[in-house]
Amino acid sequence: MDLKATNRDIGSATVVDISGRITLGEGSAALRGLVRQLLDLGRKQIVLNLADVQYIDSSGIGELVSSFTAVKKEGGELKLLNLTKKIHDLLLITKLFTVFDVYTDEAKAISSFTS
Amino acid sequence: MRVPTQRIEVTLETLLESVDLAEDITLRVANAVGFDEEQGYRIGMSVREAVINAYTYGNNQDRARHIFLVIELLPAQMVIHVRDQGRGFRLEDVPDPLAEENLLKTSGRGLFLIRAFMDELDVTIPQSGGAEVIMTKRYPTSRPSSPAGASKV
Repeated sequence: MDLKATNRDIGSATVVDISGRITLGEGSAALRGLVRQLLDLGRKQIVLNLADVQYIDSSGIGELVSSFTAVKKEGGELKLLNLTKKIHDLLLITKLFTVFDVYTDEAKAISSFTS
Repeated sequence: MRVPTQRIEVTLETLLESVDLAEDITLRVANAVGFDEEQGYRIGMSVREAVINAYTYGNNQDRARHIFLVIELLPAQMVIHVRDQGRGFRLEDVPDPLAEENLLKTSGRGLFLIRAFMDELDVTIPQSGGAEVIMTKRYPTSRPSSPAGASKV
């Protein structure tokens, strides 16, 4: 299944519920597109809910990093929510767990934004 | 030289779809020879990453070139070769994605993941040219049968 995403605005934060695969090709491109779109709309406090993402490859990991830096460059913050075990393990072994702000509770992720 | 028990060879086009195809084929073989779901995922992803490298960097997305996938079922291990028709590279020249200066790079983690998921990884430059990524995974000890079990492949 390709990547699907639904946005929910909660105050100044936007939670993006993502499902499917974030892999080389359409999945990575779709993630890139949706983050750029949110930035264009001025939504700079972004939570990516990855609970229903079944698979991610190195290209998808690269796209998460790219999104993280793109949001940061615009003065915003990007947080990750509800990692599956596979994504959690991938972020651990690639040392990216120390880079991303990761949450298991949506309310805590939203309240963690600095402004 | 040890003669492989079984050998599967697939020639793939340099297409994005070949990435999924190579992973699917490998997963089927891995399941048939007794790897569990988790190990199958790791083997499948390793092949996926090797084919992504071949597609993107080796063959430079040139459809005139091919990607060669070979799966050898040896008595104690599964050996997978992914060869492209590019310029080749040396494993020691690949930057460490865990280095501080590379942590936020958007690419360069594929070979690292293969090394993490497989028992052995080597990259050679065969006489025919290109890069050949060679990955080895030993069979699980609780495997129900010998590579003959691969008859279901």
